[in-house]
Amino acid sequence: MSDSVTITASESAETDAGNRFLGRNITPLTARRLQSFKANRRGYWSFWIFLVLFVLSLFAEVIANDKPLLVDYQGSYYFPVLKIYPETVFGGDFETEAEYREKDVQDLITRKGGKIYWAPIRYSYGTVNLDLKQPAPSPPSLENLLGTDDQARDVLARVIYGFRISVLFGLILTVISSIVGIAAGAIQGYFGGWTDLLFQRFIEIWSGLPRLFLLIILASVFQPSFWMLLGLLLLFEWMALEGVVRAEFLRTRNFDYVRAARALGVGNITIIRRHVLPNAMTAALTFLPFVLIGSITALTSLDFLGFGLPPGSPSLGELLAQGKANLQAPWLGVTAFLVLAGMLSLLVFIGEAIRDAFDPRKTMQ
Amino acid sequence: MALLEIDSLVKHFPISAGFFGRKTGDVKAVDGVSLSVEDGETLGLVGESGCGKSTLGRCLLRLIEPTSGDIRFEGEEITGMDFDRMREMRRKMQIIFQDPYASLNPRMRVGEIIGEGLQIHGIADGAELKDRVMALLAKVGLREEQYGRYPHEFSGGQRQRIGVARALALNAKFIVADEAVSALDVSIQAQILNLLQDLQEEFDLTYFFISHDLRVVEHVSDRVAVMYLGKIVEIAPADRIYSDGQHPYTRALLSAAPVPDPTRKAKRIVLQGDVPSPINPPSGCSFHPRCPFAQKICSEVEPQLEFDGDHGVACHIFGPGATVKPN
Repeated sequence: MSDSVTITASESAETDAGNRFLGRNITPLTARRLQSFKANRRGYWSFWIFLVLFVLSLFAEVIANDKPLLVDYQGSYYFPVLKIYPETVFGGDFETEAEYREKDVQDLITRKGGKIYWAPIRYSYGTVNLDLKQPAPSPPSLENLLGTDDQARDVLARVIYGFRISVLFGLILTVISSIVGIAAGAIQGYFGGWTDLLFQRFIEIWSGLPRLFLLIILASVFQPSFWMLLGLLLLFEWMALEGVVRAEFLRTRNFDYVRAARALGVGNITIIRRHVLPNAMTAALTFLPFVLIGSITALTSLDFLGFGLPPGSPSLGELLAQGKANLQAPWLGVTAFLVLAGMLSLLVFIGEAIRDAFDPRKTMQ
Repeated sequence: MALLEIDSLVKHFPISAGFFGRKTGDVKAVDGVSLSVEDGETLGLVGESGCGKSTLGRCLLRLIEPTSGDIRFEGEEITGMDFDRMREMRRKMQIIFQDPYASLNPRMRVGEIIGEGLQIHGIADGAELKDRVMALLAKVGLREEQYGRYPHEFSGGQRQRIGVARALALNAKFIVADEAVSALDVSIQAQILNLLQDLQEEFDLTYFFISHDLRVVEHVSDRVAVMYLGKIVEIAPADRIYSDGQHPYTRALLSAAPVPDPTRKAKRIVLQGDVPSPINPPSGCSFHPRCPFAQKICSEVEPQLEFDGDHGVACHIFGPGATVKPN
């Protein structure tokens, strides 16, 4: 025995100290993946740019709003963005909410030494610019930097809100469809046999359905709200990950460590959760950015066709449709195209970087 | 009483083909194996690749459900047991796998891997669990500070020690070592074999030692069973097999084992042809197409294991059951 006690390979001398990320201990493998992701400059910077844009868009109300952020009136502060104040508060006549865009209301406030602090863009996504000098859609001007759409709404404001709703919608859809897809793929792959056979036939039929037509039919029967649309798209989007997870489970369930767990008497649920899922997630994770891209594209195409979000919602697809209907106003189409192309490109770059970071051939070295 | 008794164990894997998954045949991986393992002994199981050794070993733990036959452990029939009762049995029977790189979950720390059985069976948790795992680490020759490491930080031999510790954690009596050292370097093989033997003495373990390496089996086994195409063709105490192997297949197998002596000129029995397909094994004695002694009866009647004391041979021509003379 003495000979065996002394064997301690030099490789095991490396400790996992210093492998911490967001305050959590991570495995050396994860650390290496993180490094590999950072080393991909394009993906890494795309990630940060996208993150900044997304966080900014989360505060869209502060960036683009037709109500002032702050009104300093007679020694007190008012926050019209957060709260509704009747015009009477500022000495006006009406009990209704103050129309801050009205010259009269602005005069009411400033006359008594009050100050109005506006958002950088003085339009919300639904604000109709009533004093356009040209008929809508009007071209870019100092007032409307990217022009207005055919209903005299500021394009820049709509793009900001549209970006937010697209990404949020995509993220929520990705998360829910991933959960459903991973659960379905896990059951199918782990149990195999008849479960797998029947489920696979069902998926073949289900994925053979012309989804856009179905969505259009369903969307024209129901007036889709945000959540309704999410549910409709979920009907098909979950299959994106299902196949990968199934394949990973089929592979992983035959590994010896799964057999060892079974020999120890570990139950199926625990085996899936502890042994199979974490090892199958690697492949699923690399697909997530592309699922997100797919989700965003699906929403945009529905919006473009007019079967998407309720009318009036800020949406990039709807802007594209306007661009198509108003070729004489190229700023509509060009803006929508650039925003969509930019957003999707960033996501593709991020996705590629993640995929490469998780590539076993790279991380093994 | 034998610790483990196997009675006409059969495992057939169905082969399906065509659109409706029609069954077209069976891979007869284990085709009627009966043997017993005594308490505290090491039974070696040898045979070529694909002869059903591993399938047999896995059937014993019901990692693969046998098609038919009985497995009795300590006199209890385990083939029909439900999950909960089987789980209790699993504390007593464990397995060590061949590939130390595939048998450890890469995402779990060594401590978690070894302690999983203790945790699942509710035997220990918290500090006690850690203490017991530490003790196991020391037992298999690893250091305590390696508790928090991940498998990829270890060498093959060390990983196999982790696998041994995992099998020992529940105080198992019976351990299936499925090619436990085949994937290791020769020098490491010796270390692991010595470790297994030390542990056997200390904990009174019973091993079912599966290997294709005859020298390894000779080194560790009390008795040796030789398997060919899903059947046991010869079983005897280890020294008898090596000195007095009767079955032509045993002799061919032994003559193929390399001996580290360059001056020795051994007469090598070279078998003709390949191992026949287990889907459609030959009639009679499944070894007869390759057997240099085969006669008419060999292709017609399947020989049964006939015993002379503790030496069993399944052959028409050699051994206790011989009915015809070799020509």
